[in-house]
Amino acid sequence: MKKQFKVVALSLGVVFATPVFAQEALNFDAYREMLADGNPAELYEMEGEELWRTARGSKNATLEQCDLGLGAGVVKGAAAQMPRYFADTDRVQDLESRLMSCMETLQGIPSEEIIKGKFLKGERAKVAALVAYVVTHSKGEKIAIDLSQPKVKEMYALGEKAFYYRTGAMDFACSSCHSQDDKRIRATQLPNITKPEGAAAGWGSWPAYRVSNSQFWTMQHRLWDCFRQQRTAEPIFASDVTIALSVFMAGKGNGAEAVWPGVKR
Amino acid sequence: MKKLFIVAPLALCASVAMADDLQAKTEAMMLKSFQANGIASLDRQKQDEVQKACSSPTLPDAETMKRLEAAEMATIQWPADGNYTGGDWKEGQKIAMSGRGLTWTDKTPDNNGGGCYNCHAMDPKEVSEGTIGVSLEGYVKARGNSEEMVKYTWGKLWNSKAYNACSDMPRNGYGGILTETQIRHVMAYLFDPASPVNQ
Repeated sequence: MKKQFKVVALSLGVVFATPVFAQEALNFDAYREMLADGNPAELYEMEGEELWRTARGSKNATLEQCDLGLGAGVVKGAAAQMPRYFADTDRVQDLESRLMSCMETLQGIPSEEIIKGKFLKGERAKVAALVAYVVTHSKGEKIAIDLSQPKVKEMYALGEKAFYYRTGAMDFACSSCHSQDDKRIRATQLPNITKPEGAAAGWGSWPAYRVSNSQFWTMQHRLWDCFRQQRTAEPIFASDVTIALSVFMAGKGNGAEAVWPGVKR
Repeated sequence: MKKLFIVAPLALCASVAMADDLQAKTEAMMLKSFQANGIASLDRQKQDEVQKACSSPTLPDAETMKRLEAAEMATIQWPADGNYTGGDWKEGQKIAMSGRGLTWTDKTPDNNGGGCYNCHAMDPKEVSEGTIGVSLEGYVKARGNSEEMVKYTWGKLWNSKAYNACSDMPRNGYGGILTETQIRHVMAYLFDPASPVNQ
């Protein structure tokens, strides 16, 4: 009881004084509510919108003809239906890998530059800003992945296997932390991704602005850091495992509302 | 009727073949989608027997669990001089608190943290504690300090899979996460009457 009291006091302190120091996340709802009005992700969204309309790359073209699955140039609602299968690349793509394809084909910006790059830097940072722009136009939409498409279906199955795949120096899998209700690592609450509501909470709130380090993180970035903490080798940007896990989470969360872009500790 | 008879075993074969195919594709993906970075080599993507057996939502059968646990038990290094708890609980506390080490951004594989607080409650005064593992608060009061308990704790710290093949806990000693000296410090943190864990 005593301890509970302390936790509440700590959360209040955090909400009113020093969000950057947030050891909590125990009283996260109030915290998120406080920030929802002025989500700094808006800055990235504005940058992304400008990037979408700016002629760039060796082909000096904009991304306004980029097909995110709903037709060339259609942004509204597109993120809610991704990852999806694209016939032109013959691949299941998440938003980031799709943007990367568009940047290569329309603008002439080599995908290799993004794949070999670093998060928050160069063209990969530009992809993140574009992600912020695109997901904002699916805010409040229901997650709607087409799992009947055979390649998407296969990715879902691979994602489920990857979710339970224990490996690395500490024998961890995604499931080590994300397969039970109401568990925490330190004070950070963990969504149970084996259930639709947990999968939707995980999938539907990234990308997000992270208050603790003032950075905008995409889902690719989030997965990369999960694997870092799992002590695996480094996942390659937009590689199959990142797409498979995304399909698994999005597919399991189908029907739930997305709150993109999120705000996180 | 006769036809059904033939179809059923065929369908079974097909579904087994599909599961094998999915498993092979998963293993290939878990290798191809990754790259070595610093101390995190691609060897980390290959599963050992325990990891492989424990990579599904359902546990292996009891017999398999027992066999795996016996093999893991054989890997535990017991202190040659019988010194289980003679470490420094203050050092143990630092190790329990630290979750650092072994990622691709860490430089060396030694001096890792134990990450105990990521999953366990230990010092009752510490608020920021994980809940994936059982609470270890008041360790001696709750579990005693018999020779059996002391040995069990050492073994569990060294190789958790010896007691539960699919335990969520890393194999600290066997996996080279903590040194023998570090494990002795963590033992002191759990068993020393002066340790905050036992206040």
